[in-house]
Amino acid sequence: MLEDVGNLMQGFAVALTWKNLVFMLVGIFLGVLIGVLPGLGGANGVAILLPLTFSMSPTSAIIMLSCIYWGALFGGAITSILFNIPGEPWSVATTFDGYPMAQQGRAGQAMTAAFTSSFVGALFAVILITFLAPLVAKFALKFGPPEFFAVQFLTFCSFVGMGREPPAKTIVSMMVGFALAAVGLDTVTGTLRMTFGATELLQGFDFLVAVIGLFGLGEILLTMEEGLAFKGTKGKIDLNVVLKTWKELPRFWMTSLRACLIGCWMGITPGGATPASFMSYGMAKRFSKDGDKFGEGQIEGVVAPETAAHAAGTSALLPMLTLGIPGSPTAAVLLGGLLIWGLQPGPLLFVEKKDFVWGLIASMYLGNVVGLIVVLTTVPFWAAILRIPFAIIAPVIVVICAIGAYTVHNKMFDVAMMVVFGVVGYLFKKLKYPLAPLVLALVLGDMAETAFRQSMLLSGGTMTVFFSNGLVGSIMVLALGILLWPLLGRLRAWLRAREDAAAAT
Amino acid sequence: MATQGKEAQGDVPTRRVELVVALLVVAGGVVVVVDSLRVGIAWAEDGPKAGYFPFFIGVILMLAGGLIAVQTLAAWRRRAGEVFVTREELTPVLKMLTPTIVYVVAIYFIGIYVASAIYIAGFMLWQGKFRWWTTAAASLGVPIALFLLFEIWFLVPLPKGPLEAWLGY
Repeated sequence: MLEDVGNLMQGFAVALTWKNLVFMLVGIFLGVLIGVLPGLGGANGVAILLPLTFSMSPTSAIIMLSCIYWGALFGGAITSILFNIPGEPWSVATTFDGYPMAQQGRAGQAMTAAFTSSFVGALFAVILITFLAPLVAKFALKFGPPEFFAVQFLTFCSFVGMGREPPAKTIVSMMVGFALAAVGLDTVTGTLRMTFGATELLQGFDFLVAVIGLFGLGEILLTMEEGLAFKGTKGKIDLNVVLKTWKELPRFWMTSLRACLIGCWMGITPGGATPASFMSYGMAKRFSKDGDKFGEGQIEGVVAPETAAHAAGTSALLPMLTLGIPGSPTAAVLLGGLLIWGLQPGPLLFVEKKDFVWGLIASMYLGNVVGLIVVLTTVPFWAAILRIPFAIIAPVIVVICAIGAYTVHNKMFDVAMMVVFGVVGYLFKKLKYPLAPLVLALVLGDMAETAFRQSMLLSGGTMTVFFSNGLVGSIMVLALGILLWPLLGRLRAWLRAREDAAAAT
Repeated sequence: MATQGKEAQGDVPTRRVELVVALLVVAGGVVVVVDSLRVGIAWAEDGPKAGYFPFFIGVILMLAGGLIAVQTLAAWRRRAGEVFVTREELTPVLKMLTPTIVYVVAIYFIGIYVASAIYIAGFMLWQGKFRWWTTAAASLGVPIALFLLFEIWFLVPLPKGPLEAWLGY
């Protein structure tokens, strides 16, 4: 514990240089911009900017990229409250009470509450990371291939068991990701898989291209369908409103704490920020004494989802750093960045690249403080950006997405693929196939396959290796439990229906 | 649900899209399985062959896609009224998608900067009906800013065409 605090102080020394502070500011600024604009979000925003950071030092680069992520998390709230348009999926729940507040002329109050709760949620998650991550990393050092595969299996099972989408669709989305990851040269045997003679496919599909297409172009297509009109209220925050709101907020400490816990849980097990925000809103509504007034402009209804979304978004980095398994698509993109810089995320990172890890964790504290100040002071500016007509913004965002896809490997083929992924993203989103499992499977595909094959080598081809000792066995049992959870629920509903039918006759 | 069984002209029913996507998933699964069988799913001397892991992926894809297809067919009647996208909604989507495809093809021939300028200008004039000077400012400003950012400051080369060659880049 004390050692961690010492490490963290060293981390602050790494993060607190002028150069890194400037990168932090730039990152937050770009992040809020990305969060505010439709079609650009945390995941594809970071993916597009990733190639620009290759010339920086890894520490500065990751600080800037993670700050883009914090900025995007903050930015989503602005559009939700002022325009009733969630800039990010996780801020949908914020519109329920945020927009009514804005209509009543309390936009400043709503935004102060949103930003402050985001900050609280993120801070809670960072503190959790500070003290939990080293423990998890130390524990994970003992992991062999079967354990790693089991943890990855757990990750994917929790998507199926805890997602809001139909399980079959989650599985399809995931398997499409795995299948795409398998395309190209098999690194173990040197065999070409599923290339069908096309040289473009030798390197396989890059998940950055997929992310830019699925979340970027796909989102633009959806926005086009919904119409281009932005009708919003004016956003203004002055110091008075901020101070007055801050005085009110401590009353909701219970809601806030609950939201933090929900968020961290959903972030670490990759439920993600979006379900976390809905769950937290629902819980707050049930437990609050003003529960029936939710939806009419309750501050508590802004606090709950924002806190949970930020706690989830931040804690998603914990499994990414310690196990190399990202808890969200954006964490997956950051993981991709680490790999490109030659840093292998996982337990060894905490031993071999201490400076880097603790610098990053320290920057999470600083980034969120900087972020809170930036968003509180610049709201009118972002509101003005949203008044730019969509007919200008849409083509510019597509251009940026195209450039982002091209710079990943300097290949035109990737730009064409981005368009294909955009159409897939549009179709999947409309048919309620979740996109996050596809991205994570595409990122983790090779790793999961390697772990699986190594496990099979260890056991000589039987699945019993996944139950060979207490550790791997309990992870697998937990994973299977979560996987079968929806089936259990359905079985219970079916039994009850039968009982009712029996009672009726 | 009020329009049960009757679809307005040009509306795309959800059930049909659902079924097509599910069948495409099954087809994808078949492709994966066939290719895995080609490279071998058995055990070689030094461990599992290349198709060992993807084979399972393909099988699960086929099963999950098949399940969705069957579920869709089972609920075919009940889902008659669901509209995936109406004609009024589809038009703007296509108005976005078609120029984008043309844009990507154009990048091959005239480079990304010129293509972007034309794309932004075209889109603004066609969809937004902006005054010509707003259009000119945005459609020239964005590519020039991008050119400075990528080619000059970050030294990341992007696809260029005849105009850039003529200018000496």
